[in-house]
Amino acid sequence: MPVQFSDTALAEVKRLVARYPEGKQKSALLPVLHLAQDEFGGWLSTEILDYVASVLKITPIEVYEVATFYSMYNLKPVGKHVFEVCQTGPCMLNGSDEIIDYIKEKLGIRPGETTTDGLFTLKTVECLGACGYAPMMQMGKHYREHLTREQVDQIIAESRK
Amino acid sequence: MAEQTNTPANLKVTIDNITVEVAPGTTILQAARQIGGDVTPPAMCYYSKLEGSGGKCRTCLVEVAAGSAADPRPMPKLVASCRTPIAEGMIVKNITSDRVQEARAGVVEFLLVNHPLDCPVCDQAGECHLQDLGYEHGKEGTRYEFKRRTFEPEDIGPYIQLHMNRCILCYRCTYVADQLTDNRVHGVLDRGDHANISTHISKAIENNFCGNMIDVCPVGALTDKTFRFKNRVWFTKPVEAHRDCDQCCGKVTLWQRGEDVLRVTARKDEWGEVQSHEGKPGWICNTCRFEKKKASDWVIEGPTKINRHSVIAQGHYLGLKKPTETLPAVMDGRDPKLMMDIHSVSEVNRVDISELPGPATSENFKK
Amino acid sequence: MGRKLLLDKAHVENIRLYEVYRREGGYRSVEKALKSMSPDQVTDEVKKSGLRGRGGAGFPSGMKWSFLAKPEGVPRYLVVNADESEPGTFKDRYLMEFIPHLLIEGMITSSYALGSNNSYIYIRGEYAWIVDILQQAIAEARNNGWLGKNILGSGFDCDIHVQRGAGAYICGEETALLESLEGKRGNPRIKPPFPAVKGLWGCPTVVNNVETIAAVVPIINEGGEEYAKIGIGKSTGTKLISACGNINKPGVYEIDMTISVEEFIYSDEYCGGIPNGRKLKACIPGGSSVPILPANLLLKTAKGETRMMTYESLADGGFATGSMMGSGGFIVMDDRQCVVRHTYTLARFYRHESCGQCSPCREGTGWMEKILWNIETGKGKMSDIDLLWDIQRKIEGNTICPLGDAAAWPVAAAIRHFRDEFEWHVNNPEEAQKRNYGLAHYADPLVVTA
Repeated sequence: MPVQFSDTALAEVKRLVARYPEGKQKSALLPVLHLAQDEFGGWLSTEILDYVASVLKITPIEVYEVATFYSMYNLKPVGKHVFEVCQTGPCMLNGSDEIIDYIKEKLGIRPGETTTDGLFTLKTVECLGACGYAPMMQMGKHYREHLTREQVDQIIAESRK
Repeated sequence: MAEQTNTPANLKVTIDNITVEVAPGTTILQAARQIGGDVTPPAMCYYSKLEGSGGKCRTCLVEVAAGSAADPRPMPKLVASCRTPIAEGMIVKNITSDRVQEARAGVVEFLLVNHPLDCPVCDQAGECHLQDLGYEHGKEGTRYEFKRRTFEPEDIGPYIQLHMNRCILCYRCTYVADQLTDNRVHGVLDRGDHANISTHISKAIENNFCGNMIDVCPVGALTDKTFRFKNRVWFTKPVEAHRDCDQCCGKVTLWQRGEDVLRVTARKDEWGEVQSHEGKPGWICNTCRFEKKKASDWVIEGPTKINRHSVIAQGHYLGLKKPTETLPAVMDGRDPKLMMDIHSVSEVNRVDISELPGPATSENFKK
Repeated sequence: MGRKLLLDKAHVENIRLYEVYRREGGYRSVEKALKSMSPDQVTDEVKKSGLRGRGGAGFPSGMKWSFLAKPEGVPRYLVVNADESEPGTFKDRYLMEFIPHLLIEGMITSSYALGSNNSYIYIRGEYAWIVDILQQAIAEARNNGWLGKNILGSGFDCDIHVQRGAGAYICGEETALLESLEGKRGNPRIKPPFPAVKGLWGCPTVVNNVETIAAVVPIINEGGEEYAKIGIGKSTGTKLISACGNINKPGVYEIDMTISVEEFIYSDEYCGGIPNGRKLKACIPGGSSVPILPANLLLKTAKGETRMMTYESLADGGFATGSMMGSGGFIVMDDRQCVVRHTYTLARFYRHESCGQCSPCREGTGWMEKILWNIETGKGKMSDIDLLWDIQRKIEGNTICPLGDAAAWPVAAAIRHFRDEFEWHVNNPEEAQKRNYGLAHYADPLVVTA
């Protein structure tokens, strides 16, 4: 099946492109890639990247260069819920190492892996700008902060529902 | 801006105590090239014929001891000479600055920590700018004790061999693709210490001018597949040649071994860049580079002058100085007597060589 | 109680909504600027205020504005840097999340001063929910006539757009940010030219931090001279400090720059001291890239003077015995913490965030990370410490953008002030492997009690 944005998504692309001067539609690349990732199951295949290039009328390599540069674009499939746990200094001072160990043990996966049921992916990430609310992780659009073992249990249980 | 209209036509800049006049807009590196010799900083990423190149490798860093005559304060940091324009009265230190020498040795070390050092099997060896750089500005030995970074090999088509492990990310090949071809299919992917040259999808790079990527690559990351493992460059003989080509200037260097043309490249100037012909960079097309491998395809002009200090130049006796002393000058008025006459002690050699009209040959001894 | 100019209304209920914000005196600065001031007058007020860039470098903002080239017929742009990613820093997030109209108001006034008809907010991709908050605030502002064509009948048109990044610390560097905004990799540009001459799409551009632009609101409301009266010396006005690490009350605080570091850490108005009765060991006062200071040098300068929360005082003593205000990310470490491990996490961070363009940063950050990992896990040699020192020295100042410095400084300062801790790891490999740091040994001499 060919990759194709929904009408709503296409309207959004149009709105995004309109924010820039004529001929500068490449500026919409980052937001359009976010849109594509949301639209097409959380990750960006080469096919999708090529599609984005055609939508923005730029060359595929321009899209590959950008998609591989930024850490938020997944170029491999991920689980339904992605735990992106911060491990940088300030979070480390507040026990992020222990939280990561606990999630590893609880889900039986290492950072970068997805559970066999396809539900969870664990990623260790660098500073997300929530240092005062450490330890923390990002789940989709939102942050889960002041993590404890109990909260991790709760989040996993919620996600399984 | 008012300032610009007042700028004199020529700006004075002093580099390592040598003053030179340059046109406005000239960079420190270009001014240093005007002076030439040791004063010129090495450049691994800058390429005067590629717009936007430079600033990345940091080997050309220099110290600006005075920013300009108007504002003679020194610049606090070392600057990339390839991208810093000259201001009137600027004073620059390159080889006269210890700071520069140390920083440059540091850059050489950084460029080499993850380099495979596979020169013995690398086609670029002998004409590799990284070899030259390491030899001239690096320090002996390595302090790096970790596994070197490697990349998965990627096939980019029938003409160019990509060895990402050797790449120093000068970006020159991406500028070639952008500025010489109509469709760039490769680029720099990923980031940080994993940034790499790739097409992402193992696509063949086939544009008619893509071969120039090989010529601009300062290391062995992009080499000529048709020349691969054929010969060491220092065993081949570069000769200037041309042909009528409807796609490019047709002016090339043939790299011959005997009568065989092993490789065709664009002609290079003393900075290792493609030469300009009639003011235009002498890029060559893939037909000239890859298809014309017979000496009869070309009009041979003569041996190439190799100005670079590479091993290739070593085989060509350029700038060779013959001793000027004649024997009397060496003897300096002394006239030592021979201790004995060879003919008086030996029956073997009955020919008085000194009486022969020309060089002695076996004929003279046949009696 | 210090003066608050940015967050004074942050706790008013529903201040996020336009009606509440307006009722509390919002958008007065736009009225004042557009109705009674010329763009140059606005710039003059900012100059008079002594406001310094709040993103980290502390460059005088009014001066930055005055550098903006104004060629005929070429658009100019204001771009707000909301790519807050320096470990320890989360102040802009707080401001945008809780009082978004303050940023929008500051942007309209600043856009007027700079002549920017389309201004952009570049926000880090992870702050996805804040994008919604900002977009709502922009829509409200537009619906109430603060954005759009001919604002307040002044003839000035302005619109604001939010651009989301996608996970790259380097995009906080202003030229990398512009590249990213143009839909490219976040590779910092080689300067010159500076953005003030050739910025976004080749046009003259000013890039300012969120807090800097927000501060324009009180500056215009109260006048630059009034603003400059707050603070000490060249540290004028108020500064947002995001405090984190081992403190009782982590969070974002607005300080007028007149208080001491000691007061900031121990007063209940701010950090509220160190939890569980632990002792203060060290602090990184301005975001992860600035030098770490041991407790004794943090609270008092080398000259024995009280260290204040000002640009000058935090930098007193240079890098030998001082640090920097930086971005205001205040990271406190108690006496259980291991400086080597902390430095390792920062080295890993900078390796991960290096764009890979220039050789010292691309190769040096990874090398430092590997050595630090070895030392931290008990596999290091004594000579590794000197090697680390030498590597950081060869990165610092030799890179395209300040990320190289940012990666080098924390390593340098950690070795400078905590060399004994590095040596302890080398001498006690088994203990180091178990992360049994033997902290009592090296933390004690540094302790200063409140």
